[in-house]
Amino acid sequence: MEIKLLTEHYDKSDFKNIEGYKKLGGYEQLSKAFKMKPKEIIDEVKASGLRGRGGAGFPTGMKWSFLPENGETRYLLCNADEGEPGTFKDRMMMEKAPHQLIEGMIISGYAIQSPKSYIYIRGEYTQSIRTVEKAIREAYDAGFLGKNILGSGFSHDMDVYSGAGAYICGEETGMISSLEGKKGQPKLKPPFPAVQGYLAKPTIVNNVETLAAVKYIIRDGAAAYKKYGTEKSAGTKLFSVSGDVLKPGNFEVPLGYSLKDLIEKECGGLKPGRKLKAVIPGGSSAPVLTAEESYRANMDYESLAQLGTMLGSGAVIIIDDSRCMVDLLNVILHFYHHESCGQCTPCREGTGWLENIVSSIMNGRGRPQDIDLLDTVAQNMKGRTICALSDAAALPTISFVQKFRDEFEYYVREGRSKVTGKQLKRYNNRGHNVEMQH
Amino acid sequence: MFQLSVEGKKKVQEYLQRYETKRSAIIPALYIAQQENSGWVSPEVVMNLSQVMDIPMAHINEVLTFYTMFNKKPVGRHHIQICTNVSCAMAGGHELADYLCEKLGVPDGEITKDGRFTISRAECLGSCNTAPVIQINIEDYIENVDKIKLDQLVNELK
Repeated sequence: MEIKLLTEHYDKSDFKNIEGYKKLGGYEQLSKAFKMKPKEIIDEVKASGLRGRGGAGFPTGMKWSFLPENGETRYLLCNADEGEPGTFKDRMMMEKAPHQLIEGMIISGYAIQSPKSYIYIRGEYTQSIRTVEKAIREAYDAGFLGKNILGSGFSHDMDVYSGAGAYICGEETGMISSLEGKKGQPKLKPPFPAVQGYLAKPTIVNNVETLAAVKYIIRDGAAAYKKYGTEKSAGTKLFSVSGDVLKPGNFEVPLGYSLKDLIEKECGGLKPGRKLKAVIPGGSSAPVLTAEESYRANMDYESLAQLGTMLGSGAVIIIDDSRCMVDLLNVILHFYHHESCGQCTPCREGTGWLENIVSSIMNGRGRPQDIDLLDTVAQNMKGRTICALSDAAALPTISFVQKFRDEFEYYVREGRSKVTGKQLKRYNNRGHNVEMQH
Repeated sequence: MFQLSVEGKKKVQEYLQRYETKRSAIIPALYIAQQENSGWVSPEVVMNLSQVMDIPMAHINEVLTFYTMFNKKPVGRHHIQICTNVSCAMAGGHELADYLCEKLGVPDGEITKDGRFTISRAECLGSCNTAPVIQINIEDYIENVDKIKLDQLVNELK
């Protein structure tokens, strides 16, 4: 069953306006937070077990405590560059409850003693940008942003920054480069953003869902928040479910929820007559699960790690038995090739070669050795680059080839898909049929 | 020669003041200039922005060439971007793009003869529950698209 903590009022259309939000207890946690010492809030967030909801799952309170005590200006940066294929929860949160995010950010900003925050929203999200910008203006007018908020002595400014179409800007150091007006290339860590981030100042980067959850940790206390979920994966999580289910959408469930229940109860199951073939449990960069693995999977960080995959951003893509896995891997690889920022050779070259090899198989020109070649190229991309994009292409490749090898072998041997019986035509991003020269 | 409008210049000046560094104004300025230049950023646009913003052309080009939402060559009045990432591809995104290209007689990325359309295949737009989804220019998404909806759109957009 869904546990609607963050999404409780999402069905009310005036929740996105300040009046409607205040009627339902909005901004009441600010005065409570301001009565606490910043350190107490950080401790509360630590005790809640809240982990980053954007993909990496790093403990939020711990990230905050990495800030150096050197008197430098600190920045809070909300990562709303939602780009991991399959993810659409942050968009819903910003469009249905922008004030929830803003309230969570003011509390977080106070906790880390930051005078300025940015919400970096991907440029395609026109409606989110409009909604959040309007909500920020409303919050200023109501005195929740600006100088000396509610007489607390704490001042905080907030602004929206629009991206312009680059998946890599969802990586925190890439996002900082982008906000600084440069190309969004990630930087080597350390130094971590908490020490040297935006304009080389200490910067905390947190996902939309993470920052919104902070409000509820202050409202209900860490212990109440920790009651949801598992011991190491605390709280509720929004899952974006798409693909071959009857009722795709965003669902808020406690971490540790059964994937089978998510598919069958929340999403109404598969289309009539179809069988589950596979699930991508955490966005397209997460290794794929077979049907058998999916039915025993629980949706928390540890359980999915045990199955060799990850929770990621909570994007669950359901794949039924009508789908060709060679085709799906091709779509995924095209994406990572397109989005590689190009600064590390294993990623720049590797993503291109992976896409070329799979495209060539799809065009009926595959060689038997290409299947092992996919694995070899992917293995050589893993863990050798500045950021995780290279792994994001390599890990799905390894898992697709390993778990659905028969489909790849059939395609190479017969020149057509084992599932559809046809040769599937695919294009590269210039609209040309992809061919590889051997 | 491209010149920002008076209003456009004013907006760019505001953006130059809005952030901690001037360079952060490059993305917003490119959006403004692209809109004033029929949907794409030409070398002349970069030259003009460089003068208006007092920022080297290299810095502007660095941003321009990195981000997909800035068009580096002319596009039709309606730039139809069809998502073909995983969930949209599963819902027929590629087939929709093929259909539209054939109907309008252009390969993706090219402009129709009447200047009305450019069709592109886009990466995940973050609307996978309402796949397939499209975005026209930089406007709100059109969700659950099928051939009938596409036909209607093409007829309506002049």
